[in-house]
Amino acid sequence: MLQIVSYTIARDLRLALRRPADLVSVLFFFIIVASLFPLGVGPEADLLRQLAPGVLWVGALLATMLSLPRLFADDHRDGTLEQLALSPNPLGLMVLGKVIAHWLVSGLPLALLAPVLGLQFDLPADALWVLTFSILLGTPALSGIGAIGAGLTLGLRGGGVLLSLLVLPLYIPVLIFGAGAVDATVSGLGPGAHLSLLAALTIGGVAFAPWAAAAALKIALE
Amino acid sequence: MSMINWFKFSAPSTFYPLAGRLIPVFWALFAILALAGLWVGFFVAPTDFQQGEGYRIIFIHVGASWMSMFTYLVMAFWAGMGLAFNTRLSGMMASALAPTGALFAFISLWTGALWGKPMWGAWWVWDARLTSELILLFLYIGFIALTHAIDDTRRADKAGAILALVGVVNVPIIYFSVKWWNTLHQGASVSLTKAPAMASIMLWGMLLCALAMWMYSLAVALMRVRVIILERERHTDWVKELLAKRSQ
Amino acid sequence: MLEAENLECIRGERRLFHGVGFRLEAGELLFLQGRNGAGKTSLLRMLCGLSLPESGEIRWKGEPIRKLSDDFRSDLCYLGHLNAIKEELTPLENLLSSARLAGETLSDDDALDALEQVGLLGREDLACRYLSQGQKRRVALARLVPERRPLWILDEPFVALDVNAVAWLAGLIGAHLQRGGLAVMTTHQPVDIPAGQIRELRLGA
Repeated sequence: MLQIVSYTIARDLRLALRRPADLVSVLFFFIIVASLFPLGVGPEADLLRQLAPGVLWVGALLATMLSLPRLFADDHRDGTLEQLALSPNPLGLMVLGKVIAHWLVSGLPLALLAPVLGLQFDLPADALWVLTFSILLGTPALSGIGAIGAGLTLGLRGGGVLLSLLVLPLYIPVLIFGAGAVDATVSGLGPGAHLSLLAALTIGGVAFAPWAAAAALKIALE
Repeated sequence: MSMINWFKFSAPSTFYPLAGRLIPVFWALFAILALAGLWVGFFVAPTDFQQGEGYRIIFIHVGASWMSMFTYLVMAFWAGMGLAFNTRLSGMMASALAPTGALFAFISLWTGALWGKPMWGAWWVWDARLTSELILLFLYIGFIALTHAIDDTRRADKAGAILALVGVVNVPIIYFSVKWWNTLHQGASVSLTKAPAMASIMLWGMLLCALAMWMYSLAVALMRVRVIILERERHTDWVKELLAKRSQ
Repeated sequence: MLEAENLECIRGERRLFHGVGFRLEAGELLFLQGRNGAGKTSLLRMLCGLSLPESGEIRWKGEPIRKLSDDFRSDLCYLGHLNAIKEELTPLENLLSSARLAGETLSDDDALDALEQVGLLGREDLACRYLSQGQKRRVALARLVPERRPLWILDEPFVALDVNAVAWLAGLIGAHLQRGGLAVMTTHQPVDIPAGQIRELRLGA
């Protein structure tokens, strides 16, 4: 069981690394969105510090979402998805592998990039740590929930826009607890409660979402 | 016994005439309840000593909020039935309910804004309940958009069903997280949780209005499901017979 | 072994076929025929369990396939129109990867042997995006060489192949049938397959 998950991860990572442009453009999207805000609201350090958790989290969330349509679309186009669905291995486990691989090439680098962008917003050091950690902890849930949306919209006209319409409302709890953790650190409350709730969302998202996504894929293939 | 009856009516061809007979009943009940509710709401219920006459919008606002949430549950229930038993009618019911639910969510937000302006001095406040209602509206719109983007009705029903079920699991999580977020950011905003004690006549008015909305939802959903049945089954013999009879 | 009974298929608003049934025993081949749009691919996908028939039933070894699910899929090899190969991977990687995802183990030697049979030895380390259409098809067909699962379902396997390759593939399918395998396939061109029992099914006649 674990074997097929780890094999799917390895396969998807290899594919992603042979096409590094996708990965890089997601990261640049994050950087650009985060840099637009100071230009929009002005350079006052106090204001930026206040906006930072929300802006950086929304940026990370949108960047994750942008890479979602690719999650199944390539496999769908070249027929690999049919083969996956016909494999004796449970489709849910292979989707889990794909979700983890998606996180490794989106959530993980976004989290590593976030503290650098946090510096632009004059966040204090402890808040930078919490920002990184909260994005690390929360993005797996985004990849999981996003997989459901990607499965449901597979092969549809205007799939990308529809995908965001379906997925963004479901992302709200992750955004609230993720940005809340950083906020709580800045205001001195401590991020503990937020981070535990974020971990709960991620566990729930990663455990259940792949099966819902697998059901969606089977419907899309019919 | 009852199982047999249920499955008999789960066939579109038997459900269609049944729904046709029920619709006038629900419309009549709606008319009576709505008149009674509005009469109580506008003429019997006393003027609120804190909020003046403006509070009377709750007779519509509260019922609409209830209906919007309840309709989502019913929709998810039909969606689950459709996935579990592969019955065609379940998917049709779910897609017939979605626009009504979205409408009530919209009315709830709209009346909430109208109520908010005189009460709190702002059209919109980021109150937990308002925010959740807004997200609920997004969920409805997502459902409608997804089912309309898929041409094959069977796939549309099933995909919509998965989305509705995922949504129904998430609704409590969203509500809880928004509430948590709201208590942390309360600060300057007005506390809305402490509604003034309500006179029992107001409660009666609200109940009557809510029941009227129930009847409206049932009538409209059944009308819509009849249209959907005709549209999807237009190539079957019973629909052709029906249409031939109509056009005579 | 493989039985279909009274299958009905509806796509959108059109009924593609109904009342389709057949029985296929070990070592037998079923040729599926019919004009374009008669529902050949739809029937093949139904036989795989990818889509559900509107009515009717498909049985494998006497059991309905929707009950068997995993057990049925580990007996099944499906080759669709689409090659199911990754452009970013080399032919060798593609073969190893599709075997792994299908729950099989394939040694490097066996994979290289398969590539040699389809005439791609020497190109096993070149990313598939640099191969021609015909070569990509051969990579997809190379999957069949080490394939020992009993039921092969092949959608237009001969498309885009030259004369030699057609003969080679016909031989491969013949060998599979002689081992006691079953095959269901569609094709537009007449192909001579060295096999004992060949059945035909014409859709939309």
